[in-house]
Amino acid sequence: MGRYLSTLRIFWIASLTAELEYKANFVIELVATAGNLVGSIFVLSLFYRRGQSLGGWSWEGALVVLGVYTLLEGVTSTLLQPNLSTIVAHVRTGSLDFVLLKPIDSQFWLSARTFSPWGLPGIALGAGLIGYAAWKAGASPAPLTLLAAALMLVASLLILYSLWFVLAASSIWFVKIWNATEVLRSVLVAGRFPVSAFPAGLRAFFTFVVPVAFLTTVPAEAILGRATGPWLLAGGAVAAGSLVVSRWFWQFALRFYTSASS
Amino acid sequence: MQGPHRVGFAFKPVRMAIVRAQGLGKTYRVADKRPGLAGTLRHFVNRRERLIAAVQDVSFSIEPGEFVGFLGANGAGKTTTLKMLTGLIHPTSGTVEVAGCQPQRREADFLGQITLVMGQKQQLIWDLPPLDSLRVNAAVYGIPPEESRRRIAELAEMLELGDELRRPVRKLSLGQRMKAELLAALLHRPAVLFLDEPTLGLDVNAQARVRSFLADYNRRFGATVLLTSHYMADITALCPRVLLIHEGRLFYDGSLETLTQRLAPCREVRLELHAPLGAEAFASYGEVEAIEGREVRLLIPRERLTEQVGRLLADLAVVDLSVSDPPIEDIIGRLFHQGAVA
Repeated sequence: MGRYLSTLRIFWIASLTAELEYKANFVIELVATAGNLVGSIFVLSLFYRRGQSLGGWSWEGALVVLGVYTLLEGVTSTLLQPNLSTIVAHVRTGSLDFVLLKPIDSQFWLSARTFSPWGLPGIALGAGLIGYAAWKAGASPAPLTLLAAALMLVASLLILYSLWFVLAASSIWFVKIWNATEVLRSVLVAGRFPVSAFPAGLRAFFTFVVPVAFLTTVPAEAILGRATGPWLLAGGAVAAGSLVVSRWFWQFALRFYTSASS
Repeated sequence: MQGPHRVGFAFKPVRMAIVRAQGLGKTYRVADKRPGLAGTLRHFVNRRERLIAAVQDVSFSIEPGEFVGFLGANGAGKTTTLKMLTGLIHPTSGTVEVAGCQPQRREADFLGQITLVMGQKQQLIWDLPPLDSLRVNAAVYGIPPEESRRRIAELAEMLELGDELRRPVRKLSLGQRMKAELLAALLHRPAVLFLDEPTLGLDVNAQARVRSFLADYNRRFGATVLLTSHYMADITALCPRVLLIHEGRLFYDGSLETLTQRLAPCREVRLELHAPLGAEAFASYGEVEAIEGREVRLLIPRERLTEQVGRLLADLAVVDLSVSDPPIEDIIGRLFHQGAVA
């Protein structure tokens, strides 16, 4: 475990050093993320203009969902996108061989190798929006609520990571998988709104097929102190299940790679 | 089936071997598809697959500290064998043991004892100086910072690397990059080195430096090395013993000297003449390989080389003359076409 932590530190220091060569990116990214967020808030406000609500969610509650979504987008740009998109390149150029020859878990290496600071503005803005909207909604910062909220956010990150990783790992068979992760990204846009805002069919799809509900709605419920036991348990179970599936899938893909590559 | 020739190499107790392959084989399943759209469609409807035996029944063992050259034409099965020895692909048949482990299980203990350097692939981070990649490797292999600094200094000195380690990899020359790659691959001080074309594309000077480093490293740390190279000079300078693989089978296992004498009893003499001459003019000197205008290539048996070169210089109007061993690919190609080794 100690070795993994120290490796992670070195990984991230090395990638930060490389990225910080381009300081202007930070400002550009901050402006782009803020612009995006303002746009999303505007779209959301259209629903609430005439006193309507979205799937039974209050304006502040919907803002919390949007905050969680922005936070996830930030984590995506910081960790998921930069790391998982290189799996394809590793497979194509054969440098996956070097990863496999290191005495360290290859999934860990591929998932944590790069840390891109450009998603940090998104994480900060998302966290800010969550805090503000939760406060306006009158959510109490009780320890249990905070704990549940933190757990559901972690669960949501794990689910998103596992989905993405499985898609990226499929590049071992289909080297041009990059488009598939784009499709995933656009499906996840649905996470901007509470899942109850969608018609029943889509709601089921976003809960059981692509678990968008667990990405933003369930964490938002937890933040607002409304999460019930069964949903918390389900969130934890889906997260643990996804993670296990992603690890199993990687081992399976590697078996194929190591018996077919030349 | 033809067994490998063992010349000048006696079996020693198997227990001592650090690399051991027994009846190693690898069969690939490939799609049998005709070219063009029609072929693709037909393949889509009626998928046919063919089995290709890349490596068949290869057995050898290498002892600690040995420097072994691994020869063979392109596609002969060298890389497939190396990948089985490093655990990157699973053998279809036979067994492999390296440093007391089964490579395909890729246990940390095994991975910490081996390294693989590939001339056409790189592990250094492109945008960063090699030192940053080295720091990553030190962490991954669990080498303490103090120890890793010491090793980097030692290897950098052996490789004649200095400031290059602080410059982004993309700004290094190919030779400097290869040396940095070697440093990165050897930081964890592996006991077994698998080197796949480590001098590929390097100029003559850089090749020579890499070569002398490898010899030095092998001596200093007693490391075992298995080297593939297209440059015969790498093999002649470094490898007392060679394995020759042809069409997936081990064809020869023994000393390089015996192999070259057997495979290339002739040396190649290149002549540049004042005026072109017909092939018949060279019949008494040796076998004519090619004539292109005023340039002629002859094959002359080793034992008569001095005599014939003397005659050539005396008899003909020679502008330039050079003597070389035919390229290893040619040697091997000739051998199999002539069926000279029975």
